[in-house]
Amino acid sequence: MSVVALDRVSLRLGGRAVLDDVSFSIEPGEFIGVLGPNGSGKTTLMRAILGLLPPARGTLRVFGRAPERGDAAIGYLPQVRTVLPDLRVRGLDFIGASLNGHRWGLPSLSPAERDAIDATLASIGAQHLAQRPLSEMSGGERQRLLLAQALIGNPKLLLLDEPLISLDARHQEVAIDAVRKVCRERGITVLFSAHELNQLLGTLDRVLYLGNGQAVLGTVDDVVTAPVLSRLYGTDIHVVRTDGHIFVMARGLDVERVHHVHDHGHEHGHHH
Amino acid sequence: MGIITDMFAYEFMINAFAAAGIVAVVSGLTGYFLVMRAQTFAGHALSHIGFAGATGAGLIGLAPLWGLVGFTLAAGIAMGLLSERLSNRDVAIGVVLALALGFGLLFLHYHTAFATQATALLFGNVLAVDHAMIATLAGLGLVTLLGLAAIMRPLIFASLQPELAEAKGVPLRFVSTVFLAIVALAVSACAQIVGVLLVFTLMVGPAAAAQRITTGLWAGLAVAAALALAEAWLGIVIAYYTDWPVSFCIAALSALGYFAALLWPANTQRQHSHTHAH
Repeated sequence: MSVVALDRVSLRLGGRAVLDDVSFSIEPGEFIGVLGPNGSGKTTLMRAILGLLPPARGTLRVFGRAPERGDAAIGYLPQVRTVLPDLRVRGLDFIGASLNGHRWGLPSLSPAERDAIDATLASIGAQHLAQRPLSEMSGGERQRLLLAQALIGNPKLLLLDEPLISLDARHQEVAIDAVRKVCRERGITVLFSAHELNQLLGTLDRVLYLGNGQAVLGTVDDVVTAPVLSRLYGTDIHVVRTDGHIFVMARGLDVERVHHVHDHGHEHGHHH
Repeated sequence: MGIITDMFAYEFMINAFAAAGIVAVVSGLTGYFLVMRAQTFAGHALSHIGFAGATGAGLIGLAPLWGLVGFTLAAGIAMGLLSERLSNRDVAIGVVLALALGFGLLFLHYHTAFATQATALLFGNVLAVDHAMIATLAGLGLVTLLGLAAIMRPLIFASLQPELAEAKGVPLRFVSTVFLAIVALAVSACAQIVGVLLVFTLMVGPAAAAQRITTGLWAGLAVAAALALAEAWLGIVIAYYTDWPVSFCIAALSALGYFAALLWPANTQRQHSHTHAH
């Protein structure tokens, strides 16, 4: 049974068809890199899988059934939009509030939950964040905290929306390695959205490329080609492979780098 | 010791301590979540809207407190329901609160006998509290604290990570609406002690200071409540001996507490995290 299966699905957002008549299926244990230009529907697709956005048309199945809000089998790392700069809540309480966070009443952590938090933080080398206030974490440390949070509770499917944003190169590698290791061990299926394909090349099983309302799922060799990407970007794209790296160029500009620079500036605006 | 026990020879002083104590604890705890959610301005606006309710109630012969409760509750629920459209709309909230103050003035204009009470509404009058008012404040406080306890876990989750909370099935709008209704009750109680213009002193000052000097959730709540209580009671004591208005003394202590917290030994990791912030 496929973990995620789309059959002629259309997703609409404010009257705009973000994905139009899209079909593909993702199998258990796959590590899928989700790529595509800004606004191509990476976040929208994840929100649909989470049951937050019903398809306008077609059938979307998650674990063989219609997506359900609050599915405990799905771990989610949202693209961080909410930044509360003065928040001095420590990492432990931050994660603690999210465990069973939908239940009414006073927050509390059982010893087992506390152990789970500690163990998961340790598995990505972030145990020191438990006692550190959020306001004193760098963007990268916050991302690692969120990643740990998504891994707690043994999810079967992990939706990571731009988890590498605001991580420096070294921590990007650490994060990718941590996700790969944990997910391979536990057989977790991963949708990992990113702007940079190259860092994920050694890790991903298949790539899901979104653009122009369409989606193409396949191996890197099949999908990251000039004809496919030209169709998805709606412009002439050249793909240059050299030395184990792949450069996706539009009119001589590196497409990924352009987006990356843009996003970086965006992040700065939020953090400072 | 005689100087201290002296105060308690007067029933109005005992009443003042009781009422201020109840309100301070409720305000400190509620304020902690206002600060966490960065909604302090909404709390401020609710109290101003309450002013129109209180003067309006006076105009039609009701107790000002119930006008205050009615208006702030209605406004809190409306803000919660509109929260997605109102988020970060400080201008819209500001315009509405100014309008509410304007209406308060209009109601006063038509009910001149009530004008003497206007100062008490705006700046509080804790020394005029009677037993009935203490009972009412205790009731309001109890409802507020029970409400907070009931929604606390999803409230914190929704405040810290709304995107994830939504995905995990937390009804964001419902939680936000119930919270603002709770804030409305706390504001109404708080306004009885320090007045609608000074609710910040007990609701935001102590809570913001507590957030500066603690990192744990329960420690933060405890410090917020304790600071609010200390500031309220000490304010009454100072007022008793200096004859200054109580609300001034509480406001001064609240500001003192907040700025002292800002000077709290800066964390050594701050420098470290800045070098990594890139």
